[in-house]
Amino acid sequence: MSTPEQLRYSKEHEWLSAVEDGVATVGITEFAADALGDVVFVQLPETGSTVSAGETCGELESTKSVSDLYSPVTGEVTEVNQNVVDDPALVNSAPYDAGWLFRVRLDPAAGEPADLLSAAEYTDFTSE
Amino acid sequence: MGRALPPLTMPFWSEPMTEDTPDAPRAPRTPRTAHAPRTTALGAVHRALGATMTDFAGWSMPLRYGSERAEHQAVRTAAGLFDLSHMGEVTVEGPAAGDLLDHALVGRLGALRVGRARYTMICDANGGILDDLIVYRLADDTYLVVANAANAATVLAALTERGAGFDANVRDDRDAYALLAVQGPASPAILGRLTDADLPGLKYYTGLPGTVAGRRALIARTGYTGEDGFELFCAPGDAEPLWHALTEAGRDDGLVPCGLACRDTLRLEAGMPLYGNELTTATTPFDAGLGRVVKLDKPGDFVGRGPLEAAAARAASHPPRTLVGLIARGRRVPRSGYPVVDASGAVIGEVTSGAPSPTLGRPIAMAYVSPEHAAPGTEGVGVDIRGTVEPHDVVALPFYARAT
Repeated sequence: MSTPEQLRYSKEHEWLSAVEDGVATVGITEFAADALGDVVFVQLPETGSTVSAGETCGELESTKSVSDLYSPVTGEVTEVNQNVVDDPALVNSAPYDAGWLFRVRLDPAAGEPADLLSAAEYTDFTSE
Repeated sequence: MGRALPPLTMPFWSEPMTEDTPDAPRAPRTPRTAHAPRTTALGAVHRALGATMTDFAGWSMPLRYGSERAEHQAVRTAAGLFDLSHMGEVTVEGPAAGDLLDHALVGRLGALRVGRARYTMICDANGGILDDLIVYRLADDTYLVVANAANAATVLAALTERGAGFDANVRDDRDAYALLAVQGPASPAILGRLTDADLPGLKYYTGLPGTVAGRRALIARTGYTGEDGFELFCAPGDAEPLWHALTEAGRDDGLVPCGLACRDTLRLEAGMPLYGNELTTATTPFDAGLGRVVKLDKPGDFVGRGPLEAAAARAASHPPRTLVGLIARGRRVPRSGYPVVDASGAVIGEVTSGAPSPTLGRPIAMAYVSPEHAAPGTEGVGVDIRGTVEPHDVVALPFYARAT
């Protein structure tokens, strides 16, 4: 199970990239994608909308279940991955790469949540 | 001329097993607790294949090996190999075995010809469905009853109790069998490489004892996928060699191991009910649109007859609800328990099973709805998917039927 070192992770199984020019990328982890099985539909937040750390902002439908998508940070959505909307299987095949979900301009007032996990911490969390 | 069929006068397990399994080994029953689901005789095979396992009715079963949608497609276009050893087998044998089953079940099993199988149900005294079953008549005085894993203990207890006074024995054979299924259009060719049994002569819903890859097995042309295919009941000690032989024989035909996730989407597309979803003790076979399995004209009394006669009359005049198919116009998936609503938002029914259909490319569902909304093409039907009503088309079941 791959858990890239350079990312940070939420306990809702989202990953957050390093922040560049105030913007970070969000996706779901390989652990989550494996647990869901084949993802057939993703509903993402709209570009320009505001998402809040720990709040739901979309959903992922797989064969057996539907899961809420949580934002790991607060800010404005600057871009959504249209490729993954058109081909949700990218979430399974490349969860950290082509299967990214949306980008957020972090709200400076909110800052970054303190409870995001490192790769090692997330690995421990998922093996509990 | 095809080969002569092996004689069906003796149950196949009464014949000597292969050299290395002299007595059809029976694994000791491990305690059933929430923390220790049982593993089948193929547990090590599933681990070696990297299966994602799931707890199901007290068993640890493969959910999928890779992509469940790829497994689903393999069964529709090539072949899939399933471990179904969690299913519960009960043998009923003796001179009055047929009479016992005619009393205990809703079907007329006494009239079943040797070598044939029948889909039937066992109901409680109120006509509520305790389980749906496949019954194989292996010999004049021998039947094999196959129950769902979750209901096997209930079925065994009910048959035992209802069988008192009949000159027949009800035997718990849950641990006597492993069950493998090879399903899909390539399955006759694959199985044909491993057996001398007359597969072309083995019609749908028949079963005969035979030899597969040198192992004794009941070879049945049954399944739960909507495709052609076979189910192989064998000694647990033979399950692993049979699995490997089938895997090897099907390699060039695209056979893949398949888990319960695709089994569910395959049966849903085929419009087949699942106990616990479409079928419950609160449902009679008539309410489920399966009244044809109840043989009210059979001689003698049977458990549930009175209430089932009433249910038949009710279904004919004013059915309380009808099982229908729904196809989503959107991409969100109707799931079991979601309300079905009409154009005004009033609740008119409930989804019993739902999933994204790999074959249709859209979400599909089975649902019980009020009869006035049950006609295919009924306008204005929606499913309340977590607070948002999504439009659906009402269709006749099944969603998928293979070309014959």
